[in-house]
Amino acid sequence: MAEEAENKDIDQYHYSKNLDNAVQYLSFALGKEEYGVDILRVQEIRSWEPVSRIPNVPCYEKGVVNLRGSIVPILDLRERFNLSKAEYTPLTVVVVLQTGDSNKTRIMGVVVDSVSDVISVDKTEIQSAPDFGTKVSNEFINGLVSVNERMVMLLDVDKLLKLEELDQDEG
Amino acid sequence: MSIDMSQFHQVFFEECFEGLEAMESGLLTLDMGDIDSEIINTIFRGAHSIKGGSGTFGFTVVAEYTHIMETLLDEMRDGRRQVTQPAVDVLLGSVDCLREMLTAIQNKQNINNASVAKHKAALEVVLNGGSMVEASAPSVEQELAAEEVAVNIDPDIVEEESGELEEQGWKIAFCPYLDLLKTGNDPVRLFRELNELGELTTLANIQDIPGFYELDPEECNISWDLKVVGDISGDEIREIFNWVEGDCEMEIQPLAKTVKSAPVVNEVTPEPVAVITPNNPTPKPLEVKAKVVAENKKSDSQDSENEAAKTTAKASSIRVDTDKIDTLINMVGEVVITQSMLGLVGENFSMDKVGQLKRGLAQLERHTRDLQQSVMNIRMLPISFVFSRFPRLVHDISSKLDKKIVLKLVGENTEVDKAVVELINDPLVHLIRNSLDHGIEMPADRVAAGKPETGTIELKAYHRGGHIVIEIIDDGRGLDKDKLLAKAIEKGLIEENNLLTEKQIFELIFMPGFSTAEQLTDISGRGVGMDVVRRNIQSLGGNIEIISELGKGTTIAIHLPLTLAILDGQSVAVGDETYIVPLVSIIESINITERMLNKVAGKGETFRLRNEYLPVIRMRKIFNVHSGNPTKSKEGVLVVVEGQGELCCLLVDELLGQQQVVIKSLEANYRRVEGVSGATILGDGSVALILDVPGLVRFSIR
Repeated sequence: MAEEAENKDIDQYHYSKNLDNAVQYLSFALGKEEYGVDILRVQEIRSWEPVSRIPNVPCYEKGVVNLRGSIVPILDLRERFNLSKAEYTPLTVVVVLQTGDSNKTRIMGVVVDSVSDVISVDKTEIQSAPDFGTKVSNEFINGLVSVNERMVMLLDVDKLLKLEELDQDEG
Repeated sequence: MSIDMSQFHQVFFEECFEGLEAMESGLLTLDMGDIDSEIINTIFRGAHSIKGGSGTFGFTVVAEYTHIMETLLDEMRDGRRQVTQPAVDVLLGSVDCLREMLTAIQNKQNINNASVAKHKAALEVVLNGGSMVEASAPSVEQELAAEEVAVNIDPDIVEEESGELEEQGWKIAFCPYLDLLKTGNDPVRLFRELNELGELTTLANIQDIPGFYELDPEECNISWDLKVVGDISGDEIREIFNWVEGDCEMEIQPLAKTVKSAPVVNEVTPEPVAVITPNNPTPKPLEVKAKVVAENKKSDSQDSENEAAKTTAKASSIRVDTDKIDTLINMVGEVVITQSMLGLVGENFSMDKVGQLKRGLAQLERHTRDLQQSVMNIRMLPISFVFSRFPRLVHDISSKLDKKIVLKLVGENTEVDKAVVELINDPLVHLIRNSLDHGIEMPADRVAAGKPETGTIELKAYHRGGHIVIEIIDDGRGLDKDKLLAKAIEKGLIEENNLLTEKQIFELIFMPGFSTAEQLTDISGRGVGMDVVRRNIQSLGGNIEIISELGKGTTIAIHLPLTLAILDGQSVAVGDETYIVPLVSIIESINITERMLNKVAGKGETFRLRNEYLPVIRMRKIFNVHSGNPTKSKEGVLVVVEGQGELCCLLVDELLGQQQVVIKSLEANYRRVEGVSGATILGDGSVALILDVPGLVRFSIR
């Protein structure tokens, strides 16, 4: 808490009037856009490694990797949001997120261009998202917040990682 | 100091269910002619520990209920009461009821008061004079009758209660056994608690204390006459003495006026051990009982609701033999030693240490394998976990059907994976019900057929190869081939002039909508069972077969893999991807060239294998693999596989090697993928998908 108090003076953008209302987000970049996810949902950040393809799934579901013995699916957020594809380089980052309720948590990785920062946001400063129309469908976005005059779109992890189920009932 | 008791609840419930199982199996093995006191003791101990535990955790309903059971059992144990079939049946009913109560508590649901009261009343009737219930199975009418009796008794109790209330207090003769102190109980603590309830007067009888030289300070030689004054219920007092029960003789009586017109309960048990004083002084149970008749009809539907609720998720845990854990710890120690040895070798490595390194690696490999095996062992449970439920099932159903049937269990100690144990139960129940209902004939028919009156069902488990085989063998009437055929034709399942082998005819009963029973019963015969049974067993990676001889009996054999966690697989390459094909489903593999495939209607492809045309599934096409060298797919390997009785060929680029793979769930973090049953991690740390052969076949047809 003391550190946070110090930060308050140093960085006005980390400043929040009411600490109880502060939520921390991990922000990352996709192209020129900046997104944020609730930091409590972030399990770890890894570098990109080749995945094993899964047949016959949407293209943004890149495949699965072995994460210390669990099979974890990797989603490409650029493709999920219909942004232009980017080359995967050793600098490409996979953010491993947790989703689900107390009964069952799932772990998934999302591919992003780079991780930027941890931002503290006052809940009251979060604006609801306007209708974006096409690019990023509104369903994933919890709200907008402005940090350093940049706009950060806060993503709803649960909705983001909800996979469209396959046609389960085959016959 | 307050301890969060809820952390122990899970253990308590597990112990209770174990106790209940022990009681149930004890009750079932009781032979009316020759009562084995050891069995009664086992049952009694079960009831006693459930009572003690539930008292501690504050589940008073359960404690009260078990108390009645315990009293009954206690009398049986002391030989004061005859063990009769009706009494045993009521006790079995109570075991069910207790299980329901505990499950309800565990799932934080409301206890079905009506059914509890019903069973309680039945118990009390037996307790009050067993001869009143001549009936065997507690059918609904009899239970109703029992309730009426119970309701009739109640006024007595009420009268008794009012007597109590006037007196406002209790007299307790507390005479601990010598070893009370050794069990960790301190009378002083009891007195202190009593004093909290009301004003306590104690009078110690010290005449039994021996001379100073003979005195053993660890023995308790004093007995007490206690008097508590205040508005206290008998239960509150009994609760305090809950823990010392069995370590003392005691008598709890309302103050002053000796119990006049004591309820029957007291007359039956004049002995001071575990005396039942007037039943629940609280008027609440009475209300419930009065409602029972009205609610009785409802309770059936409630039962089924409870049944449904039972299946809701609960924390799964496993009890492991300490030996197994010791082995495991030992093994881990070995691995650590090998690891540090390798570390030393690596610290300043030079080429002359290669031999040492190789030895170390070989050792590490062996230890890892052993470790894997012992970890797998932990998941292994004896099949008796499943089998132990069946004596009850057979007992109940055979008495319902008026058939005489003995169940023989063979090989109960055969170990299987926990997952198999959990999933095999329902199919087995179904098959055994079938045997009971359709297989075994009525006693008269059996005698007429020259067979012993009592039918036998044998449930047998044994290992064969990497499989476990479970057989259900009955000596009943067997399957009638002609009847099966006729039925199948009548239902339009097969063509009239189809020639089928014996095996194929028996397979018919696994078809959906097939039932040969002339009459439907509530036990079996709706024709929705066997196909589900087969599907369940196949989903476990097993198969099921029937051998039957008309008039002699039927044997149903289920083959299951020992574990669901490890699989023998063949890895195959398709483009840059590696897939695992379960070895069990592979018939053979053939090197082919493009020319050897025949196009069918320009679309599908077939391969001619020894005069049989088999459909070909191109893995590249079906999984949309574009990587790798496409020219290579001109030539490839055909893997002939069997999925759900159908043969087909998978066209892959290359066979890689056989290996045991650990199955990982794709669904844990992801979802089900068509044509894929799971995933595994290869030696290089990458993920390979395990093919679901039957699924692929289905998928390719669409």
